[in-house]
This record gives sequence, C-alpha cells and structure tokens, in this order.
Amino acid sequence: MSCDYTRTVLHGYLDGELDATRAGEFERHLETCRECANTLGAEEALRSSLQSSGLYEHAPVSLRKKIRADLDAATAPAVTSWVPVWRWLAVTAAILLVASVSWYAWPRLQNSAASSPVTATEIIDAHVRSLQPGHLTDVASTDQHTVKPWFDGKLAFVPPVKDFADEGFPLVGGRLDVLSGQNVAALVYARRKHVINVFVWPTKEPDTPIHPPGSRQGYQWLHWRHQGMEFCAVSDVSASDLHELAQLIYE
Amino acid sequence: MSGSDQGRGSDVLDVQERARFEQLVLPHLDAAFNLARWLLKSRADSEDVAQEAMLRAFRFFRGFHGGDARAWLLQIVRNTCYTWLEKNRPVELMTEFDEEMHPQPSVSPESLAIAGDNRERLTRALETLPPRFREVLVLRELEGCSYKEIAAITAIPIGTVMSALARGRQRLQRALTHASPQEASREL
Repeated sequence: MSCDYTRTVLHGYLDGELDATRAGEFERHLETCRECANTLGAEEALRSSLQSSGLYEHAPVSLRKKIRADLDAATAPAVTSWVPVWRWLAVTAAILLVASVSWYAWPRLQNSAASSPVTATEIIDAHVRSLQPGHLTDVASTDQHTVKPWFDGKLAFVPPVKDFADEGFPLVGGRLDVLSGQNVAALVYARRKHVINVFVWPTKEPDTPIHPPGSRQGYQWLHWRHQGMEFCAVSDVSASDLHELAQLIYE
Repeated sequence: MSGSDQGRGSDVLDVQERARFEQLVLPHLDAAFNLARWLLKSRADSEDVAQEAMLRAFRFFRGFHGGDARAWLLQIVRNTCYTWLEKNRPVELMTEFDEEMHPQPSVSPESLAIAGDNRERLTRALETLPPRFREVLVLRELEGCSYKEIAAITAIPIGTVMSALARGRQRLQRALTHASPQEASREL
C-alpha cells in the first residue's frame, strides 16, 4: 500500500466526512490512482456486507424487563405515587370512615374469615369503590400474561392470575387495593354483566377450604386460604356462580 | 473515561426525571446492547454490563444537559465495558492500538464480497480485531455514527477517527482473507 490517500482520506470520502474541497480533490486523484479505485471498491463491498449480514444485536426482552425493574427501584418516591395523591387521600379517608363505622355497627366476618383481620365491610366497601367510574382496573386486559407481569414489582408477592373465559368468567384486569392497611392484589372477573373482585394477599395461616358464603347488602363473598395466599371473592352474582369461580381459582 | 465523571450520581430520581430518561435515553437500549455485545463478544456478559450501564446512566442523568443522548449513553456503556474487561479479561486490552507496520496484502473487491456474505465469518473476523478498532467499526458501520459522535463516545480526538477507521478496515480485510479456506491452506 503505497498511496497516502488510500490510508486515510479515502475513508473520510467513503464515510461522507470530507468537505467539498477535499472530496473534489480526492475524486480527481481517484481518476488516476488504480490503488485507490480498487481499495474504494473493496471498502464499499465490505461496508455493504457488514450492513446486510444481520450483525446488529438487538437488546433481548429479558434485559428490557430487568432495566424496568431497576428503574422502578431507583425512582423516588415509590411506584404507587403514580396514582394522584388526592386519590389515595380519598381512599384512605373512605377506609377510615368505614372502619370507624364498622367498629360500632358491623360484626366481624363470621366463620368465613374468623382469624382474618379483614372485615366483611371492608371487602364490600372495596368492591363498591371499585365499581365507581375509573376505579375498576389499573391494568385492563383479558390476557393473564399481561395482568400477571403488571403486578411485578408493585407487590411483595405474586398473585395467581388466570383467565377463565372458557368457563364463563373472563378476566377483565387487575389493580392494587388496600385492605386493613395492607396492599392487596385485586383481580377483576366478569360474569355476564356483573363484576367479581377477587382480593389476594399473602398469609402464614394454614390452608382452608372455601368457606360457606357470607352475604350482606345484596353482595356475596367467599373466603379461603390456599398455598400461602388468602383469597376473598366478592360480587353481586349468585352464590352458586361465585362458588364456581372460587372453585376454579382454588384448583 | 469521561462518562463517569459527570457529577456524583444520586441513587434516586423523581418521577419527572424518570419520564425524561425513558423518553430520551431508553430508546437507545438496542445501541447500548449492540456496542456492549461487540466489545465483550458475549451476549450473556453484555446483558449484565448493559444493565449496569443503563442504571449508571440513570444515576448520572442529572449530569446530562441535553444534546446527543445516544452518544452520551454509549460513552457510559463503553466505559462500563472497559472497566469490565480490565477486571475480567485484562489480556485482551493489552494488544490494543499496536501500530501495524507490515504491508497489507491487497484484496480484490470480488473476494471480499463473497467472504462478506457469511455472517459467521464476518463476526469471527470482527472479533479478532483489538477492541479499539472493533468499536470504531461497529459505531460507524452498524450504528451509523458520525466521526464527531465516534470521537465523543470513544474519547479519541476527532482528527484521528478517520485513521482509526482506516486501520480498523485494513485489519478487518486481512482477518477476512486470512480466514478464507484458500488462504488458510496456502499458509499451511
């Protein structure tokens, strides 16, 4: 390789980084220098090979997920602050009000959740609150593979999310809720025109079967514990419909 | 080596800063992963290092005052990669930028075109280059960076980007022709 141009300027020309004067100068040189003409052809061929051989490596989905989780952990305040503050204040106020009323007016959830600190009133209140416009779901999806990862990083546990559309209980979505001061997952199912909320939170208590239904103000609820999770399903559907869904989830 | 000097990173950013980060920096995750993969020559290691680099970028994000977000991110990725190489594969860094004085065998455009059709051969040839040559080629040919961006990312003066690319391309051509079966048998 003897030509000085070949060693440097040719590459600036190839990359379109020469100013007009130098580019013109190189083009005139190119007419007389066989070495530069050959090399330019070779470099152009090499470039097109490099660019057309699929060498670019795209970031895998697993990496994207990990980075999302990192960002969640490094963002202050916590992720839940994406919900406007007034909404949390309203929810807290509602819970406090209901809690103080229920202290006097309502008995504890009998036999269905004897050792649970969550009262029937809270469950029904949370259910009714979810029916208000815009409150039902934080993630609206009929796809369990969308709803399940949505909970990732938002709760300290992984709620079991399954769609039972084939059995007549399509999954509508999920949201975060608060019961007795603890974060719970709320899975939302539909039964014809009715909404069923299934609240899920972790427990250290032993498994229980599905308890006989409780009923109040026209709402039914069912309670059970299974594999370290406590479940409470609540709705205005018939007790038999609710039991059918509870059975599906329990299995 | 300047990427890590951009102010002390804070462990947490607020929601607005995160939204800005997601808008400006996160779209260049592919570029970050691609550069890491070609510097480290391993997808698995690149995933770890790109993750670490992204988190560092997030922490140093307050030090980013607009401009070319891709170049800013790639600078951090590159620094993270070199730190990783120094720790895990120090031998690889020792061969870098040793000036070759041997005359280059000339290569016909035809033979290159044939050789270049093979993705595996191109990959192997690229991976035989010292990291400093490999990175300018990857930034230029795969990432489409300008000389100015390459200078910013690699911390080499803009005046030497052209010669670094020239030498990188010559080395790559040689690696490709040496890897061709005819050349190999002739040398044996």
